[in-house]
Amino acid sequence: MTDPILQVSELSKHFGGLAAVDRVSLEVRTGALHAVIGPNGAGKSTLINLLSGELSASAGHIIFHGRDIGALAPERRSLLGISRSFQKTNIFPSFTALENCRLAAQSREPRPWHWLRGALSYQSITSKAHQALEAVDLSDRANDLALTLSHGEQRQLEIAMCLATEPQLLLLDEPLAGMGTEESQRMIQLIAKLSDNHAILLVEHDMDAVFQLAQTLTVMVDGRLLASGTPEQIRANRQVQVAYLGEAEQPT
Amino acid sequence: MFYLIQLLNAVQYGLLLFLLSSGLTLIFGIMGVINLAHGSFYMVGAYLTYWLSKMTGSLWFAIPIGTAIAFAIGLLLETTIIRRLYRRDHLYQVLLTFGLILVFEELRSIFFGDEVHGVAVPEVLNFSIPLTETLSYPVYRLFITAVCLAIAALLYFVIHKTRAGMMIRAGNSNPEMASALGVNIPLLFAAVFAVGIALAAFAGAIAAPVTSVAPGMGNQVLIVCLVVVVIGGIGSINGAMIASLLIGLADTLGKILAPEYSGVAVYLLMAAILLWRPQGLGNKS
Amino acid sequence: MTHLSLPTWLLLGVALLLALLPLGATTFYLQLGAKIMIMAIFALSLDLLIGHSGLVSFGHAAYFGVAAYALALITPKYEAANFWLTLPAAVAAAALAALVIGFLVVRTAGIYFIMVTLAFAQMLYAIFHDTKLGGGSDGIYINVRPELTVAGFKVLNLESPAQFFYLALIALITVYWILNRLLHAPFGRALAGIRVNEQRMRSMGFPVFSYKLGAFTLAGGLAGLAGYLAACQFGFVNPEILAWHQSGTVLMMVILGGMGRLHGAVIGAAAYVLLQELFSSSALFGGYSKHWQLSMGTLIVIIVLAFPHGIGGLIDVAWRRRGYHGGEEDSPQSAQRSQRSDAEDSESDDLTAKDAKNPK
Repeated sequence: MTDPILQVSELSKHFGGLAAVDRVSLEVRTGALHAVIGPNGAGKSTLINLLSGELSASAGHIIFHGRDIGALAPERRSLLGISRSFQKTNIFPSFTALENCRLAAQSREPRPWHWLRGALSYQSITSKAHQALEAVDLSDRANDLALTLSHGEQRQLEIAMCLATEPQLLLLDEPLAGMGTEESQRMIQLIAKLSDNHAILLVEHDMDAVFQLAQTLTVMVDGRLLASGTPEQIRANRQVQVAYLGEAEQPT
Repeated sequence: MFYLIQLLNAVQYGLLLFLLSSGLTLIFGIMGVINLAHGSFYMVGAYLTYWLSKMTGSLWFAIPIGTAIAFAIGLLLETTIIRRLYRRDHLYQVLLTFGLILVFEELRSIFFGDEVHGVAVPEVLNFSIPLTETLSYPVYRLFITAVCLAIAALLYFVIHKTRAGMMIRAGNSNPEMASALGVNIPLLFAAVFAVGIALAAFAGAIAAPVTSVAPGMGNQVLIVCLVVVVIGGIGSINGAMIASLLIGLADTLGKILAPEYSGVAVYLLMAAILLWRPQGLGNKS
Repeated sequence: MTHLSLPTWLLLGVALLLALLPLGATTFYLQLGAKIMIMAIFALSLDLLIGHSGLVSFGHAAYFGVAAYALALITPKYEAANFWLTLPAAVAAAALAALVIGFLVVRTAGIYFIMVTLAFAQMLYAIFHDTKLGGGSDGIYINVRPELTVAGFKVLNLESPAQFFYLALIALITVYWILNRLLHAPFGRALAGIRVNEQRMRSMGFPVFSYKLGAFTLAGGLAGLAGYLAACQFGFVNPEILAWHQSGTVLMMVILGGMGRLHGAVIGAAAYVLLQELFSSSALFGGYSKHWQLSMGTLIVIIVLAFPHGIGGLIDVAWRRRGYHGGEEDSPQSAQRSQRSDAEDSESDDLTAKDAKNPK
């Protein structure tokens, strides 16, 4: 097994008196997708926001490549190689799909102050954007405005924007939310493919997808870590069955 | 003694600012509207008071009638124009209310001319309390301070202890929620707007005898009120109170220490607060 | 180059017309024309913030005024200052003021940003108004206009209305060209992204604060260029030049012309200056001409309520209706722009729908 690229230890976030995330520790490795599951309000999205820097932690450490990044702003973490998707689709609706990815790729351009050169003339950036679209199978929609894409395509676009920044660690917040069966299947295949050469932390409600994709599972309840292990271990865990999986079998 | 007088002046000025900015910050907090024309009503109140007291010869008559007229104008303005701005970008709110300022200023010029006027202090209060042999303090200023304190207390009572206040607080923190709770939002908005306007006009009216009634008076005071709102935090009445008094002190202190630069003191205070607490004193981060 | 967009055509035409104007026009029209172009530069600089970066500054006159004061303070009393020295100095002073104030204000957003930009502009107003710097509230005269020489040879005589007109024209075309390039360059694209979705830009690794501060400083510098030229033209500077009234005026120009379109800022400036001439003409408005601000204020209210996209928006609609899409779809910007106004239109539709649901 490779060394962990991300190590989270005793991470906590308090909102007033409420601990949304309470002393959570976990590790993420390249090639071994790590899924976080738990009922609504368990603190999964808060965890992602802490890792991406949208929120700052009340206590604990976030070690990325051996470096504590807990105090860094989101943009600094992004530049280090951490990229995230959002639970609610978060793209630039009034830009074309290509422009969405081009902007993402442009963030790696070290000299954005060359005001005389048109943005489209930066070959390497544009080609990175095209590659990202290709990776999520959206090449044929490159010149369509993002708001004209279907919901599933918009979710794919969001992943493409992540990829265009060439990240090492992907934080995916419910990428399957609101998708139909067919769209979900496409997205699952895409994530499986990405998982080969990226470290991925996945938060997802779709249990079939989670058990299909994950090599490590962490179960969160009420902000705390309830259990962690391989899918088999989690499936067999009595506590988890009571707290979570049991409920999930009934239609909600 | 000199410092006591300055302190009293600072408090009086601060409380007057509070009357103005409490309406402004409530309108921000509840309706999300930035009303630059708020200062115009300070001017409207002062001019109405000047006009009415000249006609009737009584300030005691002029102040309430002037305030009532301003309240009516506020209602009219909210239902005809301001209401259309609630969901618009702040940019358009700023521009439209800027247009209203021009309109009010020119109407003032047409009806009342461009001269500077004074309003007499009523006989009953037209004396000073001697403090030392040379220094004394005018009673009318103490009267302003007392009235402002009474109104601030009344505001506090209404907001924290009455049903209307509960609706206002609900609207301030979460308009959708308030709407779901069955609060009549259009009525609440119109009322809050008109009351805010009336408070501004009242401040202009009661201050008329100690400040001159002059063109542009509303604009000057508006900027200071905006600074109060920035320092106090948008929507926070308590913050507005603290900020108003702070600015009253800063302004007075500035006038003593560096008269030429006294106009800058207020802004330096704002810059410091911005660096320290960008969300204002009254709001949690 | 076969597919020039409408605004480009318009501007080429206007520029040609303007370039020929001094040959036949009277001094009055030359001065009016120069004033329009100076205000157009001012409006362009504000549009960079409002229309392209989402930064609604209500204190933009501060930077216009700082540069004007810089020229007035540098210029010796009875002789001409050097154009090549005073222009960069004035623009740098304005940009520096914008950098310092921007450092404080750019960390705020929304309503706060509007109020804080206004407040800091008023602070500068207070400085120039209350202290003896720059003649206090009386202002200061620039008795002799700067001298524009190249290698000892006087190229343009700024005292001549026609030659000053050309200087303003050159400045306007240069600023327009710079901004047009900038908005298509990565920096401008990033600003567009920040305008639409700041959070997403940060999560993609953009140092949003630096970008905004950069835009704020640049806009301040360009406003300074306009202020410098205005001071040259009028030969007089007083605190009103950086008062909030001036900030409101330039905001009005941007909205009047249609924000987010560079040509809109130019159209808006022209329309505003001409309307001001119209409203204050005593032949038309008689005794009310001195109350021209009443007409202007009313017009502002009407524009905001009825024509939020300004004249530029009306032109866009008319142009699209005629079917001249040209090759515009190639540029990401144009597609985005037409989409943007569509999105805004549908937004206002939403509004009316909501209003209908909640009868007042």
